Amino acid sequence: MIRFDQVHKRYANGREALAGVSFTIEQGELAFLTGHSGAGKSSILKLIALIERPTRGQVFIDGKSTAVIKPRGIPQFRRNLGVVFQDHKLLHDRPVADNVALPLIIAGVPRREIDKRVRAALDQVGLLGKENVRPLELSTGEQQRVGIARAVVAKPALLIADEPTGNLDPHLALEVMKLFKRFSEVGVTVVVATHDMHVIEPFAARRIVLGDGRVTDPGVPAP
Amino acid sequence: MAAGKAAARVGVGARASEKYTAVGGVSVQSYFVRHAQTLVGSLGRIVHQPFAALLTMGVVGIALALPLLLDLCLTNLRDAADYWNDAYDLSVYIDKAASAGRAADLARQLRQRGDVAAVRLITADQALAEFRNTSGFGTALDALTDNPLPDTLVVTPAVSASTPEATESLRAAIAAMADVQSVQLDTEWVKRLRAVLDVLRRALLITAALLGAGVVLIVGNTIRLDILNRSAEIEVMKLVGASDGFARRPFLYSGIWFGLGGGLLALILVDAAAALLARPVESLAKLYGSPFQLQGLRAATGAAALLLAIALSWLGSWVAATRHIRRSDPT
Repeated sequence: MIRFDQVHKRYANGREALAGVSFTIEQGELAFLTGHSGAGKSSILKLIALIERPTRGQVFIDGKSTAVIKPRGIPQFRRNLGVVFQDHKLLHDRPVADNVALPLIIAGVPRREIDKRVRAALDQVGLLGKENVRPLELSTGEQQRVGIARAVVAKPALLIADEPTGNLDPHLALEVMKLFKRFSEVGVTVVVATHDMHVIEPFAARRIVLGDGRVTDPGVPAP
Repeated sequence: MAAGKAAARVGVGARASEKYTAVGGVSVQSYFVRHAQTLVGSLGRIVHQPFAALLTMGVVGIALALPLLLDLCLTNLRDAADYWNDAYDLSVYIDKAASAGRAADLARQLRQRGDVAAVRLITADQALAEFRNTSGFGTALDALTDNPLPDTLVVTPAVSASTPEATESLRAAIAAMADVQSVQLDTEWVKRLRAVLDVLRRALLITAALLGAGVVLIVGNTIRLDILNRSAEIEVMKLVGASDGFARRPFLYSGIWFGLGGGLLALILVDAAAALLARPVESLAKLYGSPFQLQGLRAATGAAALLLAIALSWLGSWVAATRHIRRSDPT
């Protein structure tokens, strides 16, 4: 599903974030990207989401090199990708339902279908009934789950998350990680970047360890 | 655990196989529905934050009201010039060979005609005295033994006879009278006024073009600030698959609303100005014996101005939105 082939990334300021990273993540796999901050976790996620482009090397998603995707093709590409952010990135002036519906509205899904899918996604993250609440009225953990509902509402084949538990207490963090685990069990490829080794400890999943822009331990896929 | 059961119930297992068809199939109907939603949504935002929007509409309105007012003035001046042209005086020169009281006789005859409003007699002596005073040839004129100037009648046609045809037939009738040497219908000053109006109209077009460009810039700048304020929202939309066009759309509709609001304001301003001017203009025209009345903005001009306001405003928002949304790629 995801293959990095000798990927280098050097930013405009000269910082080399990735120095020859190679790994493969299979479809339906749950993979944790770990390593201290600055190790290159975020850069990998940005390359997957086409927020950044590799300086050298290639990234393959679903068997296709992302290098062939032109800027105009990026929106369509991202519609098959769910992204969860550490700071949720919710729109605070709109109710939960509108936040979750955003990817479907953008994709032009009919209204009736949207309502159905939004409720299904909120149900999956345990927030059914909160449709008309504003995000700021929710707890941090609940806001993060709204972000996850938004990421999965369009049923993407690939879900990526950047420090999704960074602002959560251990108990809520565990709940969020369980959600990711559950999505991987139903066929979604899930890549979670986190530096928190405690929260991922209970999960028998792949751990890709990064250090200074290189893969120091590629990990083994869970059985 | 409830969430887990729910996940199974909605059948997320089918996800992988339908991943590329899940969000396809955009119908034409939903396309229009989305546009309508964006249109209403952008209006809603203006209603929620009316001050900034009203400020922009105000500037757009005033910028457009200026050329419209100029146009109103010029159009009315041209109409007024037409009136004056028709009601212009005729100069009747009496034959030098006619007897001394002939000019006064002719004046009396002309005053009895229905198509004549007034007749003023300027005798040759009066004319010479005036010429002496105004020309500066005083001593040179003393050398003349004879007054070379004829008696003159200044005939003002009645309002009813102020059409070009009626004036012309009056001229012919006077010319046919005995002892009338010539009749002159002098329209020179009207021609000059027309030329001045043409120059002013050209100036108006230049002003309008400049102010129109101003409208594009004003709206563009407002939209630019709006985009900066909402950059987080745009970033999120782009991250979940919005194209630049989709992210830009609400701003284009904002531009249309600014244009509509500004255009309507301009029409109101011009109408109010016309209403304020109507009475004094009417009294002024009356003093000149003219039935002229100030005409307000024509419907066609108003409609064109409104459409132009919307178009310019849309253009401004398009330029700003296209430029800044392309820049605000997620980081």
